[in-house]
Amino acid sequence: MNTQKTALYDYHKSLGAKFVPFAGYEMPVQYSSGIVEEHKITRRNAGLFDVSHMGQLLIEDNENLSKELEKIIPIDLKKIKLNQSKYSFLMNEQGGIYDDLIITKVEKGFIIILNAACKNNDFKIIKSALGSKSKLTLYKNLSLVALQGPKSSEILEKTINGVSSLKFMNGNKYSYNGKEIYITRSGYTGEDGFEISIPNELVEDFAKKLISQGVKPIGLGARDTLRLEAGLCLYGHDINESTSPIEANLKWAISKRRREEGGFVGYGKIKSDMNGSLTRLRVGVKPEGKVIAREGVKIFSKDNNEIGLVTSGTFGPSVNQPIAMGYVKLNFSEPGTKVLLEVRGKKYEANISELPFYKKNYVR
Amino acid sequence: MSEKKYSKQHEWVTIEGDVATVGITKHAAELLGDIVFVELPDKGKNVEKEGQAGVVESTKAASDVYTPVTGEITETNQSIVDDPAIVNKDPEGTSWFFKVKVKNKSELDGLMNKADYEKFAKENTN
Repeated sequence: MNTQKTALYDYHKSLGAKFVPFAGYEMPVQYSSGIVEEHKITRRNAGLFDVSHMGQLLIEDNENLSKELEKIIPIDLKKIKLNQSKYSFLMNEQGGIYDDLIITKVEKGFIIILNAACKNNDFKIIKSALGSKSKLTLYKNLSLVALQGPKSSEILEKTINGVSSLKFMNGNKYSYNGKEIYITRSGYTGEDGFEISIPNELVEDFAKKLISQGVKPIGLGARDTLRLEAGLCLYGHDINESTSPIEANLKWAISKRRREEGGFVGYGKIKSDMNGSLTRLRVGVKPEGKVIAREGVKIFSKDNNEIGLVTSGTFGPSVNQPIAMGYVKLNFSEPGTKVLLEVRGKKYEANISELPFYKKNYVR
Repeated sequence: MSEKKYSKQHEWVTIEGDVATVGITKHAAELLGDIVFVELPDKGKNVEKEGQAGVVESTKAASDVYTPVTGEITETNQSIVDDPAIVNKDPEGTSWFFKVKVKNKSELDGLMNKADYEKFAKENTN
């Protein structure tokens, strides 16, 4: 497969990016200052992330759309307000997750932001669920950038008048250089911030403007440490086709009405998980020492029985210690439970921890 | 102290008497990125040339550290275990990893000098 490039590729290069192949794209993993510094800049000031590899899907409205979409996405689409965003999933028949996504109600219908590695498959699944009459557009002419960090609002307001009044998980149309752009107040870092959908031909100009105001470019490396500190799942690692949202401790993301009424694929598993058959749960794990427990590390009870598996792990620069997420048997999921992590054949002490590791700073 | 020699596994080594001091190269530290964890061999352990002798982890990944010489570990650098970030700051100076009482000094002959290593590192970086 040919590796694709985003519209910002040359600009990243000029900023000293190191690239890695990611989901079929050449993406910046870090710039010259390194992952830890980029992470800290985002927490302290503001960072710019190119997430144009992610899918931006428009589903145009028709009279049955909400009803049909509710069969594959377990949120209350009757309640969602214009310009409101919700975190949700594309469910499979077994109650597992084809993808996690952000869905926003817009004038034309719904915009869904999809993971890069899943977007083409998601498109097929949604298209087949909605039928041939549905109108779906997976935009190729739009870029997506995220501005994240406590200074984001103040900085973006200088360029986009009125944007600072957006509330968390809400969006709106704005104008940039005479063209329409769409901005939501959202992100994947545990910080206040915005995600900006903008035509490819404007994105470099827009990025340069933010960089000239002191924003630093941030790569995928820091994006991963930031999201892990914020306790956010990475699809394909912490959640996948065989994890249910209940097991993933994401029950909150399924609307109350949908939890009670069901009517979406995989509801059988969700219902039984909620009614006592749950056996494992996604938890935070904090090693006691400095050892890093990465994906695939086995989790043991104090008496040496295998009880789970780490699905993501790194060093958290802001919490200044190693952190991990994983699944453990339900009776070991209480925060504070002592466990052991097997790293390179040795067992290390660790504690089940509350998530997030880092307290969020969202503007609500 | 002897001239600094370099291995293909990106370690440097200097020798004083029969004790070698080993660390990772500046090139390796740069490739790894921010180092956040170091594991060193136990004192008294016997290690073999090109065998695994420690671990470094960056925010990105874990990598083994090998020994370029055979012998017994006589000393390890606790300061890089306590503060792994100093490896990035001074990889070829204060941030040495371990000292080895060398069994066979001729093992050093097969290692590269600085110029050859730099050429090697350049060719092996994409």
